[in-house]
Amino acid sequence: MLITHLSPVASSLFSLLAIASLLAAFVMLGSRWIMSYLYAFTAQSWMIALLSAVVGYYGHYPELYFIAILTALFRGLLLPYLLLRIIRRLHVARELQAVLQPSSSLVIGAFLVVFAFIVARHISASLGLLSTIAVLALTVMLSMKLIGFLMLAIRHEAISQILGLLVLENGIFLGSQILVPGMPLLIELVILFDLLVVVASFGVLVRYLMVHVGSTSSRELKRLVG
Amino acid sequence: MRGCLLLILTFSPVLAIIGSLVARRPRVAEHLNLAASIVVALAALPLPFLSLGGPHLYWDGYVLLDPPGAWVLLCVAIVYLLSSIYAVGYMRLLDEEPRLYVFYALFAGFALTMLVAPLMNNVGVFWITVELTTLVSTFLVGFERGAESTEAAWKYIIIVSAGISLALLGTILFYWAGSLVLGPSYDMTWSVLGDAAARMNPTLLILAFLLVLVGYGTKAGLAPMHTWLPDAHSEGPAPVSAMLSGALLNTAMLGIVRFLAITDRARLGPIPRAALVILGIFSLFIAVLFIVRQEGVKRLMAYSSVEHMGIMALGFGFGGPLGVAAALYHMLNHSLNKPLMFFGAGNVMRSFGTKEIPKIGGVLQRLPVTGVLWLAGAVAITGAPPFGLFLSEVTILRAGMSGANTWAVFVMAVLLVVIFVGFLNHFRHMMFTPQIPDPVEPDRLSFWCIAPMWLAIVPLLVFGLWWPQALWHYFGAVDHALGGAT
Repeated sequence: MLITHLSPVASSLFSLLAIASLLAAFVMLGSRWIMSYLYAFTAQSWMIALLSAVVGYYGHYPELYFIAILTALFRGLLLPYLLLRIIRRLHVARELQAVLQPSSSLVIGAFLVVFAFIVARHISASLGLLSTIAVLALTVMLSMKLIGFLMLAIRHEAISQILGLLVLENGIFLGSQILVPGMPLLIELVILFDLLVVVASFGVLVRYLMVHVGSTSSRELKRLVG
Repeated sequence: MRGCLLLILTFSPVLAIIGSLVARRPRVAEHLNLAASIVVALAALPLPFLSLGGPHLYWDGYVLLDPPGAWVLLCVAIVYLLSSIYAVGYMRLLDEEPRLYVFYALFAGFALTMLVAPLMNNVGVFWITVELTTLVSTFLVGFERGAESTEAAWKYIIIVSAGISLALLGTILFYWAGSLVLGPSYDMTWSVLGDAAARMNPTLLILAFLLVLVGYGTKAGLAPMHTWLPDAHSEGPAPVSAMLSGALLNTAMLGIVRFLAITDRARLGPIPRAALVILGIFSLFIAVLFIVRQEGVKRLMAYSSVEHMGIMALGFGFGGPLGVAAALYHMLNHSLNKPLMFFGAGNVMRSFGTKEIPKIGGVLQRLPVTGVLWLAGAVAITGAPPFGLFLSEVTILRAGMSGANTWAVFVMAVLLVVIFVGFLNHFRHMMFTPQIPDPVEPDRLSFWCIAPMWLAIVPLLVFGLWWPQALWHYFGAVDHALGGAT
């Protein structure tokens, strides 16, 4: 298995990329400007693409180079472009009525990372992988998941919610590159493609929201209750 | 033979999609869709019995025909047929003629994704097909393009996508747990995971199963992840509501059941089943709260779906041959009954021009046939004899008595009684309150709006009076395919 016998260089490269992606998630959490969400997401996607390539190099999985190129193309270029088009159409520059101030959401995000670390430690301890990179990979995977959910819960703009969902997916993708690099190619390809369809659907729906609800803030979505 | 039927099953909706998009005419599209649904129903009818005798693999092992999958397939095909018949009548009333061909293309596409999902042998591909059902059905929910239906579509896609991403995380953790045993690369099929389950790390498996349970549970409408369901089910057109409730929820439930079978073989102790039972009881509880004071007709039906998914979760959670058999029987009965309820609701809403229960009265005088069938359906869905759901619910209660979660049986019985009273109280109001005089003569409901209600109620009555012996054998085979005695 790859993660049990890694060279120190590889191990620190993996850690660097994983932690940098987590940092990008915190940038999203700590900002109100939608464009900075988009930049942070793009940076995160490129880091994941780089991680795929590095894992492919050190783990001798040539198909991961292919995945890296596709990740960079899909998540790093095409998705940000689609999102940019949606943002331009919306004329919404920033999150206006966040439930939590960015500062307090950063604190909650930190607590979520601690929680993710405790879970990851527990799991790795039971697998006997405590001194490997598995702890870090699981921590980053779970905390990006939790931060994505936090973003979904406290942000109201449609575009922030889409980005929250994409952070969820990025977290899974990042963790799976380190933990299960041998996952069949087909599945990774289809998941990438699936993401594209998801964002395209969101684009259409956002347009409907503009036309029929007159707003893209989920605060205005309160007709259906009970 | 089997392979041929599977090809027919998947290609007839594809042909309907292509035909609708090419012809761009509403009448052509609705008849193509209807024809496809009839072919699908005919092809799916023998499948459960052809699936006996071991799992059958096709197309390099990516397609799997096994008893549990074939049963869900049959339920999907039945709901697709009923909804397609109803859609012919109902969609003509909506004044959306120019866009109707898009509706039918999406409708057939939605059916296609649900017919493909139970056949997927690869756990990752199964996840993708379930995700695709969301994407297609979102646009069906938002088809009427009002503020409410757009809101419902948005909530639906956000909540379900977020939830189902947890299922992906769980699936990856399952793969990881497997890769520690089987080596870094292997085919992640249900049977490979099941065979290796006993050697996998139990802590990791429990975490993975709980993630999968929450993920597919969101899609299956189990409380507290059900929040999208009442909105999506009440705001889509009636045939779409029927498909969401009668077919989609079962497809997601199949995912939970298959993962539960894997954890069973790993012998993880009581946690996985207890988690499923707790979600089931909580769904019933939430359904009680919202059914008793409900004011929207279709929201009432939607919360009833939460209730019935809870009951199915309890059946599978109690487990054992009896629990599995009863839950599967319940699935079929619910797939017959819930379309009936939504069709009745659709007819009444069209005729009264409102979806609020307090404004509806005297349904029996105004719409005698719909009224009687709908009332019978209401009696059936609350689990009263002589209909099929009575038998399946009583059997689930019996199955629970012998398991580890006996407390749940008593809670379930009490909650079912409250639902019975609360649900039928709304029907008493709608059926028997004197009608407010209305000078406008209602539109006559076409044959297409009534016929599927008959088609649903008759088998429901038959299954209530007679549980065919062949089905017992079949349910035994399903239980065996899921890992047998627990």
